[in-house]
Amino acid sequence: MNITSAQYIAGRGGNNSSITATIDGQELSVPLDPANRHYAEILRQVEEGVLTIQEAE
Amino acid sequence: MALSTIQNNSFADTAVHGYRNLLINGAMQIYQRGAGTLASGQFGPDRFQWGSANLDNLAGTLTQDSDAPDNFGSSLKVTVTTAETAIASDEYAYLNQRIEAQNLQGLGYGTSSAKQVTLSFWVKSSVTGTFAVGLYKGDNTGQIHNKTYTINSAGTWEYKTVTFSANTLAGGAIDNDNGIGLYVNWHLGAGSNFKGTSSSSGWISYVVSSWADGQDTDAVLTTTNATWQLAGAQLEVGSEATPFEHRSYGDELARCQRYFNKVNSSGAYHVFGHGIAWNTGTGDISIGIRHPVTMRTTPTLGNSGLSGFGVDPSNKTISAMTLYHHNESQSTLKLTAASGYSAGDALQLIDRDTTPNANLTFDAEL
Repeated sequence: MNITSAQYIAGRGGNNSSITATIDGQELSVPLDPANRHYAEILRQVEEGVLTIQEAE
Repeated sequence: MALSTIQNNSFADTAVHGYRNLLINGAMQIYQRGAGTLASGQFGPDRFQWGSANLDNLAGTLTQDSDAPDNFGSSLKVTVTTAETAIASDEYAYLNQRIEAQNLQGLGYGTSSAKQVTLSFWVKSSVTGTFAVGLYKGDNTGQIHNKTYTINSAGTWEYKTVTFSANTLAGGAIDNDNGIGLYVNWHLGAGSNFKGTSSSSGWISYVVSSWADGQDTDAVLTTTNATWQLAGAQLEVGSEATPFEHRSYGDELARCQRYFNKVNSSGAYHVFGHGIAWNTGTGDISIGIRHPVTMRTTPTLGNSGLSGFGVDPSNKTISAMTLYHHNESQSTLKLTAASGYSAGDALQLIDRDTTPNANLTFDAEL
């Protein structure tokens, strides 16, 4: 997956509830679920140091 | 009907029972996404995914096609529009379906009672040659078992069956969870790095040089306008291929929707879901959408473009759409719309009457 951006989205109450990410050219909303393949790949790329998740606004 | 008329062998393990195809959408009936490309991670007919590494020229499509063998209505078709100049040592491409681990516990992998499985399929290609086809599992110890099949005649539907040995290796267990249990791989080309360690006699521990061992021809990938088609794909327990298990469209669609669900608009002002504004002035809105079946895991939300959606009343434009609170059964969408709503207002997410029609996607693929 080519992930070019990622930013947390705050849920009601202020906790992060999802990530808005541009993946293979498409903007997607990714849940914070390790079994979700997009989230797993985001975590892998963060671990690898090639992706940073921006804080929620 | 008298009980005496029921054939005793209908109850035997050797009888051909229903629900035996471990693959989903083997008849290529379900095609929610439409055409894909030959980029890694793309899908054609549901559940069938393209994988590749390091290819630098290849372009083409992954589509559903009405050309199919007798007794089938559809096939999956790979069409190469720009050929790969040559397959370098670090390049490969394959079609695969990933099977959910908890659906494979009956195989008993990693135990002495593990079972053989047989893969059967129809294939048609514009180029002849020998191709690798195999199984790979990643849970516990990575292990692989590849075999080969040969396309004898170009442009002709041919029926192939391949039986894979029982996996009794230590570390062969497939976790009982919702992750990937098995990859079923149809290889279409591979460089020298991925060949040289044979697993044709049975399961072995995975090494890179075993990935596509047996793949002899790369000509599908290196020939402009080459085609390769697949239909009637079935993976079943046992050493014999039984007739293809035709399932109803609705049954197969529901199976596919566990992994991917596309919600299409019926046209202008189609209502995708209802919800409320929870703040006044900021346009913060939540809309609940229930999934038609329980999905494999919490899905990723996609949309066809925010300009295609509106919020009623007043058909206001949307500037953001994200997942809010969600699980495998329901996704609650957080929308940011033009201001003018008050906390507690009842709202609905609609198609704004733009072209093409809007759609939402929920992706829980493996």
